[in-house]
Amino acid sequence: MNDSVRTSSQERHAALAEQLADQFSDKGCDVISQLGEVTLVIPSEYLIEVATELRDAENFLFKELIDLCGVDYSGFGQSEWVTTSASGTGFGRGVEAGKAARDDHPTDFASVYHLLSIANNLRMRLRVYLDSEQPLVDSVVGVWRGADWFERESFDLYGILYNGHSDLRRILTDYGFMGHPFRKDFPLEGNVELRFDPEKNRVVYEPVTIESRTLVPRVIREDNRYLQPDSDEQDATDA
Amino acid sequence: MPEIRNYTLNFGPQHPAAHGVLRLVLEMDGEVIERADPHIGLLHRATEKLAESKPYAQSIPYMDRLDYMSMMCNEHAYVRAIERLIGVEVPIRAQYIRTMFDEITRILNHLLWLGTHGLDVGAMTMFLYCFREREDLMDCYEAVTGARLHAAYYRPGGVYRDLPDEMPKYEPNEFRSDADIARKNETREGSLLDFIDAFTDRFPGLVDEYETLLTDNRIWKQRTVGIGVVSPERALQLGFSGPMLRGSGYAWDLRKKQTYAAYDKVDFDIPVGQNGDCYDRYLVRVEELRQSNRIVRQCVQWLRNNPGPVIADDHKVAPPNRADMKDDMEALIHHFKLFTEGFCPPPGEVYAAVEAPKGEFGCYVISDGANKPYRLKIRAPGFAHLSAMDEMVRGHMLADVVAVIGTMDVVFGEIDR
Repeated sequence: MNDSVRTSSQERHAALAEQLADQFSDKGCDVISQLGEVTLVIPSEYLIEVATELRDAENFLFKELIDLCGVDYSGFGQSEWVTTSASGTGFGRGVEAGKAARDDHPTDFASVYHLLSIANNLRMRLRVYLDSEQPLVDSVVGVWRGADWFERESFDLYGILYNGHSDLRRILTDYGFMGHPFRKDFPLEGNVELRFDPEKNRVVYEPVTIESRTLVPRVIREDNRYLQPDSDEQDATDA
Repeated sequence: MPEIRNYTLNFGPQHPAAHGVLRLVLEMDGEVIERADPHIGLLHRATEKLAESKPYAQSIPYMDRLDYMSMMCNEHAYVRAIERLIGVEVPIRAQYIRTMFDEITRILNHLLWLGTHGLDVGAMTMFLYCFREREDLMDCYEAVTGARLHAAYYRPGGVYRDLPDEMPKYEPNEFRSDADIARKNETREGSLLDFIDAFTDRFPGLVDEYETLLTDNRIWKQRTVGIGVVSPERALQLGFSGPMLRGSGYAWDLRKKQTYAAYDKVDFDIPVGQNGDCYDRYLVRVEELRQSNRIVRQCVQWLRNNPGPVIADDHKVAPPNRADMKDDMEALIHHFKLFTEGFCPPPGEVYAAVEAPKGEFGCYVISDGANKPYRLKIRAPGFAHLSAMDEMVRGHMLADVVAVIGTMDVVFGEIDR
């Protein structure tokens, strides 16, 4: 029974991918189907138009925004483990450093939306790539009211600005926090630490005293088991 | 004539009814709420950023600490995302164990919710009753993992270990009589499954007890009927899920509609509310207690008759067993690589959601092929629910704010993350 359920879900999503490609490819949208999930990459100027269509059209009815988040692609495919110097002093690690490409992701920032259609039992993902210097995108609060806090969170953590959001304040970080902590250039241990100062009789902020250390280095391995069949074909034609 | 002006009231973060560290700034006209502005983030620990700096498997214990009232359901969403990313099959027995513990977790969560919601609204007895049963369920957690709350039991590819054949028993001590100890150990003579079975026999009667205290209680109804009404359309617009959505009349449950684990092999019903108020959501959750109990019973029955492996046999993902490591070089190497470096999923992105007790709990994982997630986004149901606070309490009295916070079942571990 599990198999049949899964297959029908796959069929529904394959049909969805086709419909999306038919309807939105003239707006410069890309449809990606991977692991049974459908992703629509939208140019930022068409976001509101496409989102409204997805919400209201009879074949989509994505009435619910499940999730909205920012992504910082600036470190994508970078590995912390420099193989050559490690091999120079010790054993080779069998890692080719920094090989995985960022080609698929044209800019540093993206805003990602997860949608759910209860009427048609479908899920999909929207992705809008944003300018690396000035990430700015139209707010979808007018389309889905529930986007309000999610956009505030994305602004807080990534510094993505949502044009038309009525109340774009920080939400998760401290009052008066500086910087956008989930960006890849923000250190894991932060910039300031706070303690109670008994002389001043208040809490004071100071530069952090702890040092960053990597317990397990970030390693990217090319695993033969995961090589896509189409990339095999490409190899064959190249040869 | 005295001047009439609006009050701004600070509710929390140390208010006992704020369920943790919610700070609500309320603008009030007399006792009527004109605007509510929840300030969250006082428990923000940057779980998602921490997960980016660790191999996949090392973040499982963080998941327990998100929604710390439904620990195993959070783990389930996370390991499911990893499993889909690397495409590992989970053995059927592990699926049933997960289903059973998800439902035990749901009972744990709803009992805590029922007790504290009752306490907020003035029903002291509920709190004591509910915590009595939670004790037994936490013993199940303890028997299988050694921890009563933060279990870290689910692993990519299955669960950490099989169910134990023996329940821990109460030791004789100077504070209790021998007869008392013997009574407490009565259901603990057999295996864990026997213990759970005895619990499920007893539990429907206990839910009846809770219902005699609340369901037809005049005060309870006065405090909850017609409070925090959400229409079905608004519930979707606001991103509601779980009992909050079902209370408004949508029969939407991921366990049925987008099934996972062994939910398609067990029999249960989805309770649905009609009016979308606090009372309907109460009724939905109480019925879910009964349905969860039903699922647990079916899982116990199945698990008794079907022994088998509980974790995938793929040593690139799941560690080999300790006995193999003693005389098999390859097993030793696998073990070493798994625990020093972890596994590297192929590049890609995946969103996996489970029906957690509070609603849809999802994990969005982006992998760039490394041994650590490139980005992990946790979709917490409480975050979406709490963002609707302003809309739900506008025009209500101050005392109703407490009822609405209670009905949302907020836990700040997941909202602040």
